[in-house]
Amino acid sequence: MTPTTTAKAKLKTSAMIASFADPGQKTASAPFGHALARAAESDQRIVGLTADLGKYTDMHIFAQAFPERFFQMGMAEQLLLGAAAGMAETGLIPFASTYSVFAARRAYDFLCLDIAEPNLNVNIVGGLPGLTTGYGPSHQATEDMAIFRGMPNLTIVDPCDSVDIEQAVPQLAASEGPSYLRLLRGNVPTVLDEYDYTFELGKAKVLRRGRDVVLVSSGLMTMRALQAAKALEAHKVDVAVVHTPTIKPFDSATVLAELAGDRLAVTLENHSVVGGLFETVASAVVTAGLGKRVVPIGLPDAFLDAGALPTLHERYGLSVPRIVAKVLAELG
Amino acid sequence: MSTLDQTTTRPSASGTFADRRRTITEAAYRIRHHALNMGAVQGQGYVGQALGAADIFATVYASQLSFRADQPDWEGRDRFLLSTGHYAIGHYAALAEAGIIPVDELESYGSDDSRLPMSGMSTYTPGMEISGGSLGHGLSIAVGMALGLRHQGSNARVFNFLSDGELDEGSTWEAAMGGHHHQLGNLTAMVDINALQADGKTETVLRTEPVAEKWTAFGWYCQRIDGNDAGALLEAFDNAAARAASHGQPSVILCDTKVGRGVSLLENREKAHFMRIEEHEWQLCREQLAAGYEGTASA
Repeated sequence: MTPTTTAKAKLKTSAMIASFADPGQKTASAPFGHALARAAESDQRIVGLTADLGKYTDMHIFAQAFPERFFQMGMAEQLLLGAAAGMAETGLIPFASTYSVFAARRAYDFLCLDIAEPNLNVNIVGGLPGLTTGYGPSHQATEDMAIFRGMPNLTIVDPCDSVDIEQAVPQLAASEGPSYLRLLRGNVPTVLDEYDYTFELGKAKVLRRGRDVVLVSSGLMTMRALQAAKALEAHKVDVAVVHTPTIKPFDSATVLAELAGDRLAVTLENHSVVGGLFETVASAVVTAGLGKRVVPIGLPDAFLDAGALPTLHERYGLSVPRIVAKVLAELG
Repeated sequence: MSTLDQTTTRPSASGTFADRRRTITEAAYRIRHHALNMGAVQGQGYVGQALGAADIFATVYASQLSFRADQPDWEGRDRFLLSTGHYAIGHYAALAEAGIIPVDELESYGSDDSRLPMSGMSTYTPGMEISGGSLGHGLSIAVGMALGLRHQGSNARVFNFLSDGELDEGSTWEAAMGGHHHQLGNLTAMVDINALQADGKTETVLRTEPVAEKWTAFGWYCQRIDGNDAGALLEAFDNAAARAASHGQPSVILCDTKVGRGVSLLENREKAHFMRIEEHEWQLCREQLAAGYEGTASA
């Protein structure tokens, strides 16, 4: 069938498959792989493992730098996490990469019992967190944080950009106990270098202050929150942004201090509205007895469509225009 | 254990084969005796499995494992991983026999605040390397330990005890491939084939045979033996040890065992994964165990 020339060209699923960076945006290539290789130079205990996704989780950068410290486990995620536990038991510090869907859905029992229960320093690196691929529910880990938040001992990190990833990796290697890193791979936007910011494991940071609205965000949605905040300036709306890259343990003190006033409070996450950042914040608010309404921006409680990422982010409300519209609607 | 050299802590391979076999037989008897006493505290439990696997535990601890009884986390130790958490009753008995936990402590098995929970956990018990129980985990962890030890230049070996029911789990076969792919000569698995699972006979639950052909096809050096024959066990583990030093190939020893072995009352009872034994039967079990052992010893 010949496509008609009059039909509007549709975006392709393959668009942005390696990166969700905007055209012309400053990016860093494979920040995780380079950060791991740098950390490994000073710590002999660091090793890398993957389940046939080295090239797609930026682990190949580490493998090239330290071939004798890289272990290919094949497309066997249960083995990946069980073996990572075994290596940690011998005193090594494994970073084990696969896609988030496989770490969370397929190998949960192995992460829970072999790694988290004995509180081993194994760092799980999950590619394609939330909605960062157009391949449909088989690859979209829209509920990975909801799955993992109930696991005792597990630290969960949802980085915004290359700055977060570069600074998080050595901190995760140095901290006791297991972690789950929501990986951004390929050409990853560099955003937070323009702010007075450093990543501190377990800490939330106020990136900008504003009188009217406070956006609490994690992961790539912090980038969108900052873009939305700028766009809202044109509407005379002054927006604060609080970045919470560590989802668990959660820095309730910093976030609650920002939510204490009467500003409109909105959470933004690249995750289902069930069980992720919104419910983490909501739980902190209720526990503190704060009678505060919080508006969630996140993915719907549904299996999502396949397609091109820009299309899907627009469809499900993660795009900057949709965020701006939502905030303006809430402000009335 | 009498064959343990206190300075090297590695079991001595010296002495005649008959002497070494006798040591194992004696240890296995004591392990069975301990298991009956522990079962009696609970009134029921995995006594059948402990009796069936006692010869395997005895062989590994008396003739193969390098360890320090007073320093269970000694870095140079060989690792013994119990995948099948419910076999902990047999493993605790073996740890007591090995001097790692006091014999007196065995009576606390399965009681509140005990270091000896019903399902084995590394965080509770000295000498317990992993928390088994969710079946199909042990061999994956063993692969990682064997890789990690070899990577760091250690000569320590890794042993994984698993059951035939555990062969149902796909993860066991992921690990089998991993052990072969990474040429882990320092890894030895033993499979207790008692042909029984929670819901009945293994062949009716999920057919696992032909087991030897499967392991061989997965690239492992495979031996199949009578897992209640101390001499056969010793020979098989010695073979595996010799190959571990010279071949980059993991070993598996398939051990056909009999649930309740050594106590005719239980051997002949309708087999059950979780065996109920009446109060008045425990002493009879001990007497049958002793009579059978004395018959063997005098033979």
